[in-house]
Formats: sequence, C-alpha cells, structure tokens
Amino acid sequence: MIHIKPYLRLAGLEPLVIRPETNFVNVGERTNVTGSKKFARLIKENKYEEALSVARQQVESGAQIIDVNMDDALLEGVKAMTTFLNLLQSEPDIARIPVMIDSSKFEIIEAGLKCVQGKCIVNSISMKEGEEKFIEQAHICKAYGAAVIVMAFDEVGQADTKDRKVEICERAYKILVEKVGFDPQDIIFDPNIFAVATGIEEHNNYAVDFIEATRIIKQKMPLAKVSGGVSNVSFSFRGNEAVREAIHAVFLYHAVNAGMDMGIVNAGQLAVYDEIDPVLRNLCEDVILNKNNDNNQATEALIQYADNLKASGENAGQSSEEANKIKLAWRNDTVEKRLAHSLINGITDFIEEDTEEARLQYSAPLEVIEGPLMAGMNQVGDLFGAGKMFLPQVVKSARVMKKSVAVLTPYIEAEKERIKLASASPNGETKGPAKILLATVKGDVHDIGKNIVGVVLGCNGYEIIDIGVMVPADKILAEAEKHQVDIIGLSGLITPSLDEMVHIAKEMKRRGMNIPLMIGGATTSRMHTAVKIAPEYDNGVIHVLDASRSVTVAGSLLNKDQKKAFLAELDTTYNQLKSDFDNKKTVKQSLPYKEALQNKVNIDWSNFKVTAPSFTGNKAIAIDDLSVLVPYIDWKPFFIAWELHGNFPAILTDEKVGEVASKLYQDATTLLNKIIQEKWLTAKGAIGFWPAVAKEDDVILKNNGKEVSLHFLRQQSKKAAGQPNFSLADFICPATENKEDYLGAFAVTIHGIEEHIKAFEANHDDYNKIILQALADRLAEAFAEYLHAQTRTNYWGYAKDEQLDNDALIKEQYVGIRPAPGYPACPDHTEKYTLFELLNGQEHTGISLTESLAMYPASSVCGWYFANPQSQYFGLGKIQQDQVEDYSKRKNQSLEYITRWLQPVIE
Amino acid sequence: MSIREELKKRILVIDGAMGTMVQRHKLTEEDYRGKRFANWHTDVKGNNDLLCITQPEIITGIHLQYLEAGADIIETNTFSSTSIAMADYDMQELAYELNVAAVKCVREAINQYKSKHPNTTEKYIAGSIGPLNKTLSLSPDVNNPGYRAVTFDEVVVAYTEQIKGLDEAGVDVLLVETIFDTLNAKAAIFAIKEYYRKIGKAELPIMISGTITDASGRTLSGQTLEAFYTSVEHAKPLSVGLNCALGAQEMRSHIEELSQIASCYTSAYPNAGLPNAMGQYDEAPHQTGHFIEEWAKNKFVNIVGGCCGTTPDHIKQMADNVRNLTPRSLPILDTTI
Repeated sequence: MIHIKPYLRLAGLEPLVIRPETNFVNVGERTNVTGSKKFARLIKENKYEEALSVARQQVESGAQIIDVNMDDALLEGVKAMTTFLNLLQSEPDIARIPVMIDSSKFEIIEAGLKCVQGKCIVNSISMKEGEEKFIEQAHICKAYGAAVIVMAFDEVGQADTKDRKVEICERAYKILVEKVGFDPQDIIFDPNIFAVATGIEEHNNYAVDFIEATRIIKQKMPLAKVSGGVSNVSFSFRGNEAVREAIHAVFLYHAVNAGMDMGIVNAGQLAVYDEIDPVLRNLCEDVILNKNNDNNQATEALIQYADNLKASGENAGQSSEEANKIKLAWRNDTVEKRLAHSLINGITDFIEEDTEEARLQYSAPLEVIEGPLMAGMNQVGDLFGAGKMFLPQVVKSARVMKKSVAVLTPYIEAEKERIKLASASPNGETKGPAKILLATVKGDVHDIGKNIVGVVLGCNGYEIIDIGVMVPADKILAEAEKHQVDIIGLSGLITPSLDEMVHIAKEMKRRGMNIPLMIGGATTSRMHTAVKIAPEYDNGVIHVLDASRSVTVAGSLLNKDQKKAFLAELDTTYNQLKSDFDNKKTVKQSLPYKEALQNKVNIDWSNFKVTAPSFTGNKAIAIDDLSVLVPYIDWKPFFIAWELHGNFPAILTDEKVGEVASKLYQDATTLLNKIIQEKWLTAKGAIGFWPAVAKEDDVILKNNGKEVSLHFLRQQSKKAAGQPNFSLADFICPATENKEDYLGAFAVTIHGIEEHIKAFEANHDDYNKIILQALADRLAEAFAEYLHAQTRTNYWGYAKDEQLDNDALIKEQYVGIRPAPGYPACPDHTEKYTLFELLNGQEHTGISLTESLAMYPASSVCGWYFANPQSQYFGLGKIQQDQVEDYSKRKNQSLEYITRWLQPVIE
Repeated sequence: MSIREELKKRILVIDGAMGTMVQRHKLTEEDYRGKRFANWHTDVKGNNDLLCITQPEIITGIHLQYLEAGADIIETNTFSSTSIAMADYDMQELAYELNVAAVKCVREAINQYKSKHPNTTEKYIAGSIGPLNKTLSLSPDVNNPGYRAVTFDEVVVAYTEQIKGLDEAGVDVLLVETIFDTLNAKAAIFAIKEYYRKIGKAELPIMISGTITDASGRTLSGQTLEAFYTSVEHAKPLSVGLNCALGAQEMRSHIEELSQIASCYTSAYPNAGLPNAMGQYDEAPHQTGHFIEEWAKNKFVNIVGGCCGTTPDHIKQMADNVRNLTPRSLPILDTTI
C-alpha cells in the first residue's frame, strides 16, 4: 500500500519536497530591491536581463528557493514583479527552483502568482488588517495553489515576545485550517527575526524569543514550517560582513536545532558554524543567546571585536570583487586545509604549489602523504560512505591525490637512498598501509570496474598493486606473495572467468595461503561465489557487489577485531545460500532433450518469404568518422559503470545524483568530441551473410561451396502449454522445407585506446582514463547497433522501410536479433572460433581471441544475425546431461572439453 | 452512482479520439458551415467543435460508437470551445453556446444508448477543457522572452465562460486536459474554484491530465512530472493523469511514477503509438489494449482511454481487457510526518 506523507511540497520546473531529513532550506535573498542595492539599481535602470544574473548567482550558490521582492516607492511594483518573473521563467537553470513571492502589497503578490507555473510560496500574509482580509487573501493564495508564509502580526501589532509569537501563530493556524481549508503543511510561520545587539537592552532577548517560539510552534503544529529573514538579526553590524556572517551562522545553528525549517539568506555567504574563529563564535553565542549580557556586556564585547577586525583590515569589505574573493577565500587557509579543500572538491589548479609548500614545512616528504593528504582522503572516504559524495567526484579526488603524490615521489625516493647510505643495515620494515592486489583473471580483458575499485580503495588509504588484465593464476599468486599483500581482489566480465576464479581459489588453498580473496565483476554473483568459489578456499572468499562496498569489506577484513566475526557471519550466509541452491535444483522440471527438440518455435515456413542479402560471404567495414556512431550510443550503461543507476537522460536531473551525473556527462561528451575530432580511435568491423538451413539444432551454412556447421543449444525446462523450448536454430528455415534461408554474422571493435590510456596514466588522471575506457565500450556497442541498422535496411535489406529513433533501438524494437556467442541465448563461447573464421574476422577487424575467448581489444562486440520476424532473445536456462552429450557429438569434441565450456549452464 | 463511488469499484474507460473519427467523414467546408454559417466571413473547415452546432448528428454518432465500444466516460467535443481558441475563426462570441451544444450531443448519445441497453452501468459526461492555443509560461517571440501573448486574467475570463456553459448544460466532471503549460492549467483551476465559490455551489469533480511531450520526461513548459503534479495538486482533483504526445509504450514509466506519487485517482489515455512518417498512427487496437492491460494489472491506473489515433476498436479492446481487473486503490494519506 502506498503511503503519502504530509510534506511541504513545492515546485519550480523541478520538485522540492521538504522532509524531516531535509536540512535547513536556503531561500536566496539577493533578488530583493530592499536588501540588495545592486539588484535595486538594475531594476530601476530597467536592466532586467542583468538582474537575472543576480538570481542565477543565488541558484549557483545553493539557494533552493528564490525570494523576489519589488517593494520600492520608486518602482511600479506590479509591473516590475510581472516583468521579472516572466523573464525568469525562460531561464531553465533558475526556474528549476521554486519562487517565493515577497511583498507587503497583496496586489504585487497576486501579480506574481499569475506568472509562475510551479508551486510558489507567498511571503507574506497576516492578520494585521483583521481576520476578514486575512481569510480573503488566504482563499486567493489557495486558488493559485501557493503555500503561504504567515507573519506573526495581528491587529495589535508585530509580535516581539515568545508568548505573543506563539499566540498569533496558533490563532492564524486555526483560521487557515478550519475556515479556509488550507493544508497544514502549506502553512509557514515567520515569527519575526529582529535585530539584536542594538545597544537597547529590550532588544537583547529577541533572538532567544524567536528560537524559543519556534520550538513551541513546531511542537504544537508539527506539520507547519518556520521561516525567517535571517539577516535582520545582525542589522546593527551593517558593513561588517565577516561579523554578520558569524552572527548568522550562530543564530541559525540554534534556531535550526529548535526547528526552524527555512530562512532567507545570502546563499553565497553562509559561514560554517564549526569553522568560525572560536573567539568570535563565543562572542556571537553570548549575543544571540543573551548570555553574560548584563549591562550589554556581550554586545559591547562583540562591537569591540568587530571594530578591531575592521581596523586590522582583514575585513573583506564591499568591493565589486567581493564574490571572487569569497570564492578563493579558502586560499588563505593553512596548507593542510588547502590540500583537503582541493582533494574534496577535486581542484587540481593549486595542488602542485600546495604540495611543495607542505613538503618544505614537514620534516620528511612521506609525512605529507601520511599527514594532510591521507587526512583529506579520509574525509573524502567518509563523505562517500555517508552518501555526500558520488563516485565521479571521488575519482576526481583521486586524480588530485595522484598529482600531489607525483610531486613528492622524487623526494621520497631520494630520502630512501639517503637512509640506505646513512645506515649500513636497513632498518626493520615498518608496516605501511595495507596492500591490496587487484587483477583481471586470465583470458579476460575487461578492467573498467577493477580500475574504479582500485581508485576507491586507494582513496581510502590502501596501497593498490594493480597487475593488469589477462593475468594467469600463477602470476597473481606469486605477485601476492612477493608484495606480501593483505587481500587479493579478482575481477572478470565474461563467464569463463568464473571458472578461472574457482581455479585461483583452489590454487590459494594448495599453496597454503591465508589472505582473503575478494571477487567482483559483471558476471560474478553472491550466489556463484557462495556455491562455487567459497567452498574451495577456507580463509575468506567474499563477493563484492560494487566499488563502494569494497571499502567496507576491505575495512572489515583488515580489522583484527572484526575479521573473525565478519568471516564467520559470511560463512553462515554463504552456507545458507549454498544449501538453498542445492535444494532448489530439483524444483524446476526439465524435459529430455529429445522431447524438447519436438517443442520447437512454431513458424509457418511454407508461406515464409526469404529476403536475400545484397551479397554473400564477408566484407570489411571501417568507419573513419566516428560521429556517425554518436546517435547510436546508449548512455545508460555508461552511467552504471560509474555506479550511477537510472535511465538516461532522466539521471541528469535526478534529485540525488543529477548534478554529478550532469558533470560526468559533460566531461564525457567533451572527451568524446575530442576523440572524434582528433581521430583518437578507429572503428573496424566485418559482416557476412551465408545461405543457411537448419538441421535440428545445427545450422548448416554454405561458405565458398563448403558446408560449415553452427551449433546451438535448446532450452530444456518444462514449458507452459503453447510455450516453445527455444533454440536459435528454430529461426532458420529447416532443410526439409527445400527453401534457402540466410544467416549473418558481425564483429566490431574500437582500436587505438592504449596510447591515450598511457597518457592519462602518466598524468595521474584516472578520471579521464576510466571515461575513455567506458566511452570505447559505448562506441563499440554503438557500432554494433549502427551496423545492425545498416544490415536491416541495406546490406541484408529485410526491413528497408524501418524508422526508429535511438530510444527505440535501445529497446530493441526492430525486426531480427543479433545474439552473441557466450551470452544467454547461445552460451557456448567456442562458437566464436567459427564466427571469426567465417568473417575472416581477425584480418578484417584486428580482433584477437584470448584462451577464454574474450575479444581483444576489450571494446569489441560480435554476434549472429537472424532476420526472421519471429526471432527473439531468450535465456537458455539450465541444460541436462543428455543434451551435453548430444552437443559434444555434434561438435565432435570430447565430453570433457564441452563440459568445461558449458559448465555455467549445465544443471 | 457517483463517479467517485464507481471508481472505488472498477477501472473506468474514457473514450478515444474525436478528430480521428471526424476525419473519417471527409467533411467539406460546406459541411462545416451548415446552414447557419453559410455566409461566415472566414473559412471554418477544421473547426471540429463547431460541428456540435452544424452537424450534431455526426458528433452524437461518434459518441455513440464509443459508448457501444464500452466507454464509461464521454468527453464533450469542446477542446477549443473558448473565446481565445475560437478567435482563430472569429467565433469568440459562440464560446458559451458551443459548450452547451456539445453537452447536448453527449446527452443525446447516452439517451440513445440507454434506450438500446436499458441495464447499462452509469455513463458520465466529462466537460473537456483544452489547453488553449496561447500559453502563459512561454513567449511566442524568441527575441523577447518576457513577452506573453495573453494574460492570466484573460485566460481566467475565457475558461470561466466555458466552465459556465459546461456546468449549466449539466456535465458530471470537468476535465482539464492535454496540459502542456501548467500555468494555463492553473488558470483553469483558478477559474473553476472561483466560479463555484462565487455562485456558492458545490464544485464538480475535476480531472486533470497533463502532457509529457518527449523523451525528456517533461512538459512543454519544462516541468518534470512530479513538479507538474505538485503544481496542480491544490485542485484536489478526482484524478490526475497523462494524455497525448506519447504512445502507451513511451508513457509507461511516467504513468508508473504518477501512480506512486498521486494521492488521487490516476488516468491515462495515450495516443495510438507515435505517428509514422506520414503523420498517421498505426498502433493496432490489440497492441494498445495490451499495454493498457499491463498497466491495469500493475495497478498504475483507475481511468484508461485513448487520445490521438485511437478509435472505438481501440477503446473496445481496452474495455474488454480491463473489465475484470481490480483498480488501483487510493494511497493512504498519513497525517503525521
């Protein structure tokens, strides 16, 4: 059952939902003619376009709602509000957030409401002119679908004490909910923030009154919200921005704790409570909380401090370069903080000079790494763990880290030499950071996932020894022993790699190793790990779902206190999984292969019209200008590679990861354009078509007058009535029909990635390296899609009139299929030998096959073409021994060989 | 039984395209004019709403076909019956009369249907309120993005006149549909709320149906689906949903999302697929029916039907496919955070 919570929900072009876990909501205040001189001047001079930039700056600085106010005696308020809001609606980057329409004149508010399609906030209405007018205005706001801010103001005047504030708000709430029918969550109170530290003693408790009133209002009316104009509180410190910011931060710290939900602030200028100079912060605390303030002592002390600050010239002042200065204000921090800032924000601009400065400050270069750099990376790790940073940002942080380490490395090496020379016998090894060895197993060439895991673990303080792809078991284990690593991590993407991982686990046991083994990669699974790998090695085998999990897993494995319990728990889980699996086996009923063969896909062959392809035999297809492939790119897997899950392009505007995804997309398209324009990569492919007939589960092709057999496998599970047991051979006309059908094949690849990978590696730029690898994969897939389209409309031409957009392509809404050997419909990888032979594939495309039948270069795709309109993708499922035996006879290969290759699909 | 009661029990079917069905009659300029507008000073061919006055039996006949196909809700042929949209034919004076005439056509069709099928379930008339040919959030002048071709107040006046016609002629529901600019819809909602508040009568149920224009998943005026819903929720509608622009296949993810966030009933009446190169819709009735059935099984929808390119055959297929399925139940509205 779906539950809908009574949250305050607002909208610009995008929604803004204020949930309990939503932090304080910033309402941008600079588009207010009473508060911003610059904005007022621009509006008065009719420079609306320029005035929009003020709004944009607020949004970019993090405003989640934008307050617009045109209350000025010299302005025609209705016209100014209308003109500005209409213009603002045409700027999607600003209009995406909700608008707060701010005026003391209701006619201006109504004019604003007529311009905005989203759900606004009206700021404000009150009972100052009596209940009747209040009700009428509330009705109108409701008819426009706006939330309202109710100011704590009644016929008597504006509430200044805690009790008056609470009393007025309660009265207004009752009227709105009971008489007007307002939803309580659409009511926001402004219990009036007044200036403190004015020198007048009666004002000293104003902030406390607001904070305490807020606490009571939120208790009594939990669905309502509390807001306020924050800058009022520091009004008496006008001109002293540093002190004002500190007062605001301290005030908000307490008010938000009491339940304040949102506030009108200068979004670009919010100080972080923890980072305020403690002396100033204490002074502000006293003033805000009205402590130690007999005879205005606290006030005097803060004024004194402010004057000193001004005199010392530290105050940023009001110059036009203000914004710029604030932006680079972090440059004035200590070198440690600057390094952390660069790491967290992924800024490379200053990292070399900062590293050098730190090196000169510390007694040894290694201390810079172990001190400030690791501290910064730990912060990155924590933020990532807490969901406050996302993978692309972490990889950028790693890039900064690597650049910094590169500056230090020569000095560290020199230091080592010096120590060696100084002491005749080298010191006993001091234990450095934990080491993790990563490798893609023998026969497999895929390493994007492994590289990401390496970066993420590296960020979390581990030393990563990455020994690359296609690494034989022997080498992996020898390297592990040589480097005395603490964990081995294996990666693989194709199914034969699963067996290789089992093999490595056996080998580890044989060698008597005792370090844990982490398993990861697209075809791996918790189930396979539990059932097949874990039983082979006793000292810990752990499946790791993605890069983010690798951190916690490695952490648990390397923590002496946790390791035992962690492995014991894992053991229980895996044993459970294994026994579940063993018990489940018998549940699915299967057919004898002979019977399955009788239950073919029913195709009316006698009325079937074969379309002959434009040629038979094979042909090389090279693409010079890769831009033709761009429209065929499916971006979704690209984002998945970065652990950003969701549909494209929706992910670009996703509430949680949209910003990161957009940045990543921007960086990827920039690199893609460069790849295309500077011709970094080349696309090579081959296609071919042959006359074909089916004989049971074999398809017999005629190739240069010789017969070539392809071997397919048939589903063997018991089907519902009317459901066939699929085999790809069913989609080719049987020999008994005396008709000549056709079958096609293709192979495509992207060449040229290596030298650019090396260049990125030399530049310590993992971020662009991984983007490049992922793009090459996308281009290979796009090439396959493009070639398939060409085949359908042109080379084979069985669907000459089809018109499909990319979305339809991704959803495979075309006639015919292109299944790949090794994938669910035809899981036997060894059929690739025949495919490449038929296509003359090695020569035409430059693809080579590894011993596990992975294709190199890694960004390659191959497959068969079936044109029959009834052809469709399916998963083979598990097959039985009788079919395995039949298959080995058909292929004329030993049963042992066939069993090894078909292992994953044999029941 | 009221429509609200009926929706608790079953999925209701709304009718299909009007334009597609009118085209089948291959009407000429003279047919459109009828006797009354024989000497009208502008061409009126293509003014389908006018047919409620000049060819009422054709419109009634189309409504009847949809009733026979199994539709529970029939839309009035008033998509453009406002003074603003009718200005294209210089017929703004006719707006009120068009709405009244259109309701009569539906009423007549329902009467005919009931006399043939005396034991029928209840049939409902939905007063169609279209999006207008002028938008409040977008400037028609690229060089002047702050310009608007029409004001909010003008739109409210035009919609109020239409609502008055529909209400006085006796519709059961008001259907604000094909919303590609939320601000126009907000003006319609504002007009409805203020109309009933001023005459002191209980509001008719409101159905709201927005339009996601393309793969961006947004309305033409740039809102995401959730933002759109949030911006019209204050209407306290009977239902909210999507129609037009997309076929069922493209609409699926959006209607699924809406079914999760909407506190009211949900509706969907997609086009018959996407138009082909000739601008024609060629998704077959059983295909559309299959999609709709899947949505109904997944409890995405309470009201289903068709938009551009759909025909009585499509509606029949849908009605047959959803007849015995349980409708989506209303979400539980929590009262505490």
